[in-house]
Amino acid sequence: MMLDDFMMRATLAGIGVALAVAPLGCFVVWRRMAYFGDATAHAAILGIALSLALSISVFAGAMAIALLMALTVNLLTGRGYAMDTLLGVLAHSALAFGLVAVSFLSGIRIDLMAYLFGDILAVSRMDLLVIWGGAALVVALIGWRWSALLTATLNEDLAYASGIDPRREQLVLTLALAITVAVAIKVVGVLLIAAMLIIPAAAARPLSRTPESMALVAAGIGSVAALIGLRAAYIFDTPAGPSIVCVAALIFAALSIAGSLRTSAS
Amino acid sequence: MSLVCVENVSISYGAKTVLSHVSLSVDPGEIVTIVGPNGSGKTSLLRTIIGAVKPARGRVTRGSDVRLGYVPQRLHIDPTLPMTVARFLALPRGVAPEAIGDALTQAGVPDLSKSQMSRLSGGQFQRVLLARALIGKPHLLLLDEATQGLDQPGSAAFYRQIESVRRDTGCAVLMISHELHVVMSASDRVICLNGHVCCEGTPEVVASAPEYRALFGSGTMGALALYRHDHDHGHDHTEAAE
Repeated sequence: MMLDDFMMRATLAGIGVALAVAPLGCFVVWRRMAYFGDATAHAAILGIALSLALSISVFAGAMAIALLMALTVNLLTGRGYAMDTLLGVLAHSALAFGLVAVSFLSGIRIDLMAYLFGDILAVSRMDLLVIWGGAALVVALIGWRWSALLTATLNEDLAYASGIDPRREQLVLTLALAITVAVAIKVVGVLLIAAMLIIPAAAARPLSRTPESMALVAAGIGSVAALIGLRAAYIFDTPAGPSIVCVAALIFAALSIAGSLRTSAS
Repeated sequence: MSLVCVENVSISYGAKTVLSHVSLSVDPGEIVTIVGPNGSGKTSLLRTIIGAVKPARGRVTRGSDVRLGYVPQRLHIDPTLPMTVARFLALPRGVAPEAIGDALTQAGVPDLSKSQMSRLSGGQFQRVLLARALIGKPHLLLLDEATQGLDQPGSAAFYRQIESVRRDTGCAVLMISHELHVVMSASDRVICLNGHVCCEGTPEVVASAPEYRALFGSGTMGALALYRHDHDHGHDHTEAAE
């Protein structure tokens, strides 16, 4: 059975994450919320510590805290602090509390590195199920709200005039982000989730004329990065998650240079 | 039967009241212009009508089948967001390609459907916004300082376009403008706002009203020679915004 091969499971996990983050990553780029992804991911460490302490699933714990974090940010925005200050306070304090909480778990040995940088080669069949289930959920959620989200991203008043509540759309995005973070932790780890959100979307920009094509191209670039990155990690014996991000970054660089050459030529 | 009815509406942001006890209504086919100094609550009033702001008191009613077309004050599209004009016009519900062509023609920019939004000039951008507002065949067109950033000939041409749209489609128009001389000649009715409705009526009536003169002085009236009357008594507005 092909799922017996750990490389095959890792590849499927990588592609699953790449597909889920592509449309979401586009919105993160368009709405300039790159740091929001970072903050949600950092908060997830606290969720992991709590879920180990309470012996519940890591996925559920990470998602619950990521969600809580996202809702808190939603609630606190526009109340005196700038968004980046607020995210900085919440993200780093959640990370610190998480690391402190982990140190209390004396009875259990946990490999923190595995959660910071991901451990895609250790993906089990069950993990694969969670990843693809989560990815399908995120893609369905974003696909369902796509036009409304796009309108709210362009301009809030334009959304209101079309009968769309931009705050509700923001909530949908936040929810999708929390699910994605929880799903992707195993694959790329907390520190690199934001990279997988942003780099393929940014790389897709010069190739796209419509928002839809940008999301599709981003999904393609993310998948290619996962394939090549895993292969490279296997050949050069490098850590898998970071290798995937490196390949995505190289694709971004190549497409950006090609894009600017084309612009200056025309 | 009015398209939209604002009854005794007050709006506050925190402790600050920006509008108090404002009532107005717009009837089918008329062009109504709201004028007023900065901070007089013009934009808040328009945002209340589209449902973006909840009034602290009073209510806004509009017929269940009344369609709105809204042109916002300014719209920044992030350069990372690729967007053709045609795709922009089809948001959020999707429309037939012919409808896109029709709306662009009506707005005076028939050839732009394949252009990227980020490549448009200021005047083209405003007309594309107008086209998007027209695409749903609105009964009421709402414009918030739609000619901001356009030069004088550009904004004059834009307002002529609005008049021709009204002539062709029969829709009503409610707009905010600071370009009094351009706008007032094209309006059926003018509402002068400064935290409350100072005065309203035909352009001639408003231009000669002492309340209006107190807000804008007679200095701005040079280009409004048509409406110049000499009323010389004062009207104190210092507590109007309270």
